[in-house]
Amino acid sequence: MVNFNSIKELIELAKERNTSIGKITMEYEQEHSFDSEEHMLKSMQNNWRVMQESIERGINNKDKSLSGLTGGDAIKIYNHRDESYTGKTVMTAAASAVGVSEVNAVMGRIVACPTAGSCGIVPAAIRTAAEKNHNSEEEILDALFTAAGIGLVIEANASIAGAYGGCQAECGTAAGMAAAAMVQLGGGTPDQVGHAVALAIKNLLGLACDPVAGLVEVPCVKRNGFVAVHSMVAADMALAGVESVIPVDEVIDAMDRIGRSLPRTVKETAEGGLALTATGKAISKRVFG
Amino acid sequence: MRGVFDIVGPIMIGPSSSHTAGAARLGLMAGKILGEPVAKAEILLHGSFARTYRGHGTDKALIGGLLGFSPEDERIRDALEIARERGLDYSFAPIDLGDAHPNTAVFVMTGVNGRQITVGGASIGGGNIEVRSIDTFQIALTGQYPSLIVVHRDKPGVIREISDVLAKHHVNIAFMRVFRRNRGQQAMMIIETDEELTEDIIQDCRSTGVIENAFAVPAI
Repeated sequence: MVNFNSIKELIELAKERNTSIGKITMEYEQEHSFDSEEHMLKSMQNNWRVMQESIERGINNKDKSLSGLTGGDAIKIYNHRDESYTGKTVMTAAASAVGVSEVNAVMGRIVACPTAGSCGIVPAAIRTAAEKNHNSEEEILDALFTAAGIGLVIEANASIAGAYGGCQAECGTAAGMAAAAMVQLGGGTPDQVGHAVALAIKNLLGLACDPVAGLVEVPCVKRNGFVAVHSMVAADMALAGVESVIPVDEVIDAMDRIGRSLPRTVKETAEGGLALTATGKAISKRVFG
Repeated sequence: MRGVFDIVGPIMIGPSSSHTAGAARLGLMAGKILGEPVAKAEILLHGSFARTYRGHGTDKALIGGLLGFSPEDERIRDALEIARERGLDYSFAPIDLGDAHPNTAVFVMTGVNGRQITVGGASIGGGNIEVRSIDTFQIALTGQYPSLIVVHRDKPGVIREISDVLAKHHVNIAFMRVFRRNRGQQAMMIIETDEELTEDIIQDCRSTGVIENAFAVPAI
């Protein structure tokens, strides 16, 4: 029976068996859900297909959301990629993540990963890594299972819900998952996956969830773009050999404690932060009367 | 711990797992409990659902669910128009349910064959739901398993009769709860199973003669 209660245990299991974190996660899921390996791979393949469709639709999206607040920015970012300061790869990743998030806002089909509010980050990061490394679909699915394993531990030991832990719980978890997937796709070790997760989450600790009018739009849509890029930097640092001084599981503990101590006004209540700015309040009044 | 596909997944129509995907599942579950196409539905919204439903498309998702659309069905976006085309008479109204879960909806429904039922439930996060009332019974039902709902008199032996039927059909009980208003009065038994519940199982439950009604609700 495969069981893990921490990222450390997940890493140790992968090292002991000379396999990936993704494979350990798959084994865990198989034992707990009684699902067959074939069916699990098919489900994940389906998720990846929908993720790619949402990227394609997103970077071409001109639709506005129900509130009219978002829509049409991904295509602008994408078209600017050749003249950008950050370069084509980074801009494409940002456009992809913003695009998926725009698709979410216009009531299109996405894969919550781990949540709908953070749905652009992991797909954008994986697509970026897979294009650079020419990864096979098998490797991409393994990276998705790796990301899922990280998310499972965070969900168990902290939270993936903005209402409980603030945005660090949603976009922070997505960043950790995305960084883990990118390290996996770049041929990194299980230890490097752990450092990437730690680096990604550490630098988003304390992030408020203060969406304007309570909608998954401002600042969520553009934040997906920023966090996708953030996770790429974490993955690159880990692959370069940079280590997190604070071990990943302690970072997750810190995230949990910070989440508990954050005031409820910045935990998805739309009663604080950006939601309470003059413009935020005016938008809320316009949308809901 | 939850599963891999709760973390990478579910596939859903945005924008919100609780206010859109969960709402669609809630509507879907309410429709399955009614057990026939919905002719009329008055939907009462409590808390955050009442305040923010338009911006999240919660209304479209709830109606889409009632029409039988899954949370990943792109027709949710157009659910209100589709409902009108199909002659589903719907309305929304706010309700104050005190300290009930902030994302609660109550469906007062009439089916095309005249069946009437009131189902209340909450979208409890990540697209997960819990049905918390059927008519005047306070219950708990997640929709993750096929469920057998039995209405019966609160008296000794009823549970054994029903579990005998399930055993005979090789159906394994995953979770089971019994709710009653008062001792000796009408009660409701909810049994979540690992296997699908076929019509002959439901008929066998009714044939026991010890219950008032039984119906199956598939997993969603």
